[in-house]
Amino acid sequence: MDLFSLAFMQRAVLAALITGITAPAIGTFLVQRRLSLLGDGLGHLAVAGVGLALLTGTAPLPLAVAICVAGSIGIELLRESGRASGDVGLAILFYGGLSAGLLLAGLAGQGTGTLSAYLFGSLLVISANDLWYITILGVVVLAVTIGLLPQLFAVSADEPFARSIGLRVRLLNIVVVSLAAITVTVSMRTVGLLLVSALMVVPVATANHVVVGFRNGLFTAMGLGAIAAVSGTVGSYYLNTAPGALIVVIAITVFALSWPVSRILQRRNRPILELPDDTAPVAHEPAESHLHVHDTDCGHVAVQHAGHTDYIHDGHRHAAHEDHYDEH
Amino acid sequence: MLLMSDDPKPGDPGGARAEWAPAAPAVVEASFVDVVLNGIPIVRGASLEIHAGEVVAILGNNGSGKTTLMRALLGLVPHHGQISLFGTPLADFRRWSRIGYVPQRGGILVQQATAREVVASGRLGTRRPFLPASIADRRAVTAALEEVGLGDRGRYPFVRLSGGQQQRVLIARALATGADLMVWDEPLAGVDRNTQELLAGVAARLKERGTTIVMVLHELGCFRTLIDRSIVLADGRVMPPGYSHHEHDHGHGTEPGHDHSDHDHRAVHGGHEIDEIEPPHTTHTGLEEVG
Repeated sequence: MDLFSLAFMQRAVLAALITGITAPAIGTFLVQRRLSLLGDGLGHLAVAGVGLALLTGTAPLPLAVAICVAGSIGIELLRESGRASGDVGLAILFYGGLSAGLLLAGLAGQGTGTLSAYLFGSLLVISANDLWYITILGVVVLAVTIGLLPQLFAVSADEPFARSIGLRVRLLNIVVVSLAAITVTVSMRTVGLLLVSALMVVPVATANHVVVGFRNGLFTAMGLGAIAAVSGTVGSYYLNTAPGALIVVIAITVFALSWPVSRILQRRNRPILELPDDTAPVAHEPAESHLHVHDTDCGHVAVQHAGHTDYIHDGHRHAAHEDHYDEH
Repeated sequence: MLLMSDDPKPGDPGGARAEWAPAAPAVVEASFVDVVLNGIPIVRGASLEIHAGEVVAILGNNGSGKTTLMRALLGLVPHHGQISLFGTPLADFRRWSRIGYVPQRGGILVQQATAREVVASGRLGTRRPFLPASIADRRAVTAALEEVGLGDRGRYPFVRLSGGQQQRVLIARALATGADLMVWDEPLAGVDRNTQELLAGVAARLKERGTTIVMVLHELGCFRTLIDRSIVLADGRVMPPGYSHHEHDHGHGTEPGHDHSDHDHRAVHGGHEIDEIEPPHTTHTGLEEVG
């Protein structure tokens, strides 16, 4: 396929693959802490770094990474001290970053056209140097995310407990936001700073539909993110659009398709409820006859009580008794 | 000063302490602990001493500072005064895997994590970063789930379990640490009778093994026979031994049809006559939470 013989496309696809894997990995922790939109805010902040780089004529990626990581650590320390209680402070920081970026780019004589390559991604702007940065940072993010997965999970799930077992909660919190900041900045060439947050959240939501468990969800989300990022990048070559837009549209389409799948899986995996065993004994009361045969996979809510299983449907609890069902 | 009467001294003949000659350092020792949150004094001049193998209940009304005192003992909220764990001042204490903390259930944030994943985080005090869980870690997690009767629920998402099952998962997480000091914050809140009895069985087996247990409770409930001693808090102060809550709370237990089975005056075998605190009719005051 001559598409992949184009050097810039090779770089774009590789960069997209790295973004597609890393963004949902770190996004899983943000979603768990109900910080889904933190990635979006950090993206705004990174724009200031890009603007500064345009003005000073340096490479945008390292400067944006530095500003974004510093900003994210500041936000985390404010959050920890309880001073960033309102989200107003965060909003000011984020929009300050976006407007500062636009202003600096304007002063540098660059229009919003230049900036939009960073905001929504572009196939053409990834240099060989950029690809090196993206690869190294991507590997670091993945190694730390997966290596510290249990620790980061514990801190995100239950901070007081994590503290009580001696985990270094503040350090781990800073690790999470710094990794998020790096991931956001690294993806500015592929999915773009304004859309990267979608890639951190949507594949995670999709994975939560189709698999059970935090670890399973994280790896599934990474796979889904990689598929969306690579197919979106390739597709944008043919459609001649910004890759970020197509990547996010694909991710959301997959999410929409996962909805019916999750409905089916939820029925299958419905937990067996427990009723107290001390329910009063009732006289034998056969249920109205029905053709449906209940079993553990039949989709009706199963309730264990007094050593057997009842199935709930239409406001009744049915228990198998010889050749019929009893009302319980 | 009222609070002076509970000031623990070596050889204090008061109640159950006489049985534990203070040769070894106390497992938990606090003297004159103050906690101020958002400018409001929550715990005032609290002093207590808990010895190895004791099962101690911390009782008190909503807002009396029970949970905050417990959190201060673990270093989770800032405090003034001296606290030591296992004879080590809190600031220098590092052997956190000796502590099995069960926070109140509402604080946990998980989406799809399974019960087993939640319990497995109890092992992180001893696990090394970047290394996978050892066989011993996995066995401890399995054993902890089985101990609370959830051996077959490990693969279920935590959020889809019932309230009582979630409480059992959090207890299992504390058990998985292998700790010899259990610190449980309202383990009976919102759990049904069967679960309460199950948790009392867990606590009884821990006690047999010599584990120290400190519990914040609203009512003794099924733990009644296990508790060696109770520490009653009122308005952030530790009440002297023998303090009866009834003298101070005239609204107590007057509503008709209220189940009084938990409210008989009996001396638990520490010699301190204590009685239950009215079960909560409202949610927590917020003063007990740290922001």
